[in-house]
Amino acid sequence: MTRKLALRTFALGYLAAILVGPLVLVFYRAFEHGFGEAWSAVTTPPALHAFELTLLITAIAVPANTIFGVLCALAVVRHPFRGKGLLNAVVDLPMALSPVVVGLSLFLLYGRTGWFGSWFLARGIQILFALPSMILATVFVSLPFVVREVVPVLREIGTDQEQAAATLGASRLQTFFRITLPALRWAIAYGVVLTTARSLGEYGAVSVVSGRVAGKTATATLFVEDRYQSFDIVGAYAASVVLALMAVSVLLAMNLLRRKEDAL
Amino acid sequence: MRAPSALILGTVLTYLSIIVALPLAALVWRSGGRGAAGFWSSVSSPEALSALELTLVVSLVVALVNAVSGTIIAWVLVRDDFRGRSVVNALIDLPFALPTIVAGLTLLALYGPRSPVGINVAYTRAAIVLAILFVTLPFVVRTVQPVLLELDRELEQAAASLGATRWQTFTRVVFPNLLPGILSGVALAFARAVGEFGSVVLITGNLPFKTEVSSVYIFGQLESGNTSGAAAASVVLLGISFGVLLLIGAVRRWTTRHDA
Repeated sequence: MTRKLALRTFALGYLAAILVGPLVLVFYRAFEHGFGEAWSAVTTPPALHAFELTLLITAIAVPANTIFGVLCALAVVRHPFRGKGLLNAVVDLPMALSPVVVGLSLFLLYGRTGWFGSWFLARGIQILFALPSMILATVFVSLPFVVREVVPVLREIGTDQEQAAATLGASRLQTFFRITLPALRWAIAYGVVLTTARSLGEYGAVSVVSGRVAGKTATATLFVEDRYQSFDIVGAYAASVVLALMAVSVLLAMNLLRRKEDAL
Repeated sequence: MRAPSALILGTVLTYLSIIVALPLAALVWRSGGRGAAGFWSSVSSPEALSALELTLVVSLVVALVNAVSGTIIAWVLVRDDFRGRSVVNALIDLPFALPTIVAGLTLLALYGPRSPVGINVAYTRAAIVLAILFVTLPFVVRTVQPVLLELDRELEQAAASLGATRWQTFTRVVFPNLLPGILSGVALAFARAVGEFGSVVLITGNLPFKTEVSSVYIFGQLESGNTSGAAAASVVLLGISFGVLLLIGAVRRWTTRHDA
């Protein structure tokens, strides 16, 4: 019994020291000087613009990676081809790669001397230090999640039902939308939640490609850093609290979906 | 079957090329811009080497700590029963959902210059370990937990009835079953640790030769205009990431073979 208690104490103590303690203090620091001050810090025009930009980028990255994720899972599971191993490795790479490296790669490709940069610049299209490169960076880092959630489920459900539907005269599209997609819905939803979390929180890659034009290319995470570096501690912690609340809602969604998945 | 299957594969490959492969190709191309000798002198400059060494040592420490603490936390979540267990279980994923820059700021609030508990690790190497322990918390817990849930407790009871001590039961029966899960969790945590940027950038002060990890070094080189140096150091990190992924794949294949 003492052993059990010791393990429990260790686990909870570790979590308190590393996770809960710091988080509680951020809330405290943000509201130290009253709720009003924190509220006005996150409702300044630059703050609102930063949150808007983060939401806009997320609203583009998530659907793109969701459609890609389902197609990629179909390709990997249902249509085996040579080089599948390599494809899997490339899909997983964003999960293991430093965001700074991702940002630098885009910087080199779309910079003035990059392969694509000069082409776009000649046509007056700004990719780097503007929205397009920030979207590309976010799509890159949040790419694997839907694929990774959908692949095991797709493998598990097999093809019996799809074949039955085909025998009964359903077209390939009908089979996909009536049979395959409904079976994948919780896995897709879970993947979407993870993709959203990653997109909302992206910092390193976006930091490299954005050029940090305050009030223009600053996302919510860049705004937090900018406020901190300008010694606006209340602003930094207040914006952090908003991001932390978003993270908590993501967490709730994850738990809800996990229960749905388990119930199936 | 041929036409739609080719269409799907074509779409997938085009998307992957534009988003992932082309930027990385540009990176590798740029890193070799000054020839093999230039690449070598970039990655072997004292500052780059010191950053890489620090990155690898910190990642190794983080991986080892996670192996122990992650396994214990998973164990407590599965085998122990106490009030609030489901809340604790839900909290494990928080570091994943929380933006890394916010993670760095939260740690700075508790363990920085204005620490209410009197612990100030800001601008030290301990701060890097702490920040990365925060962001890598879920990996081992979430790979070990499902294995523990599936593990047949009759095996342990059988071992105990045959006279095994609790320690023997753990090392001979439980641990071998958990090992693949622990290994892939540790490998994921290691890969994440090697590339971590957002959570360390505020709390470490980024002092060259002291608290500057590779990702921060790359960022600094880029800011000061040394793109080829940044690209060369990035290629090293890219190689490490790829290596770890291959390792995880190997562990996974090894496990499925054992299952069969």
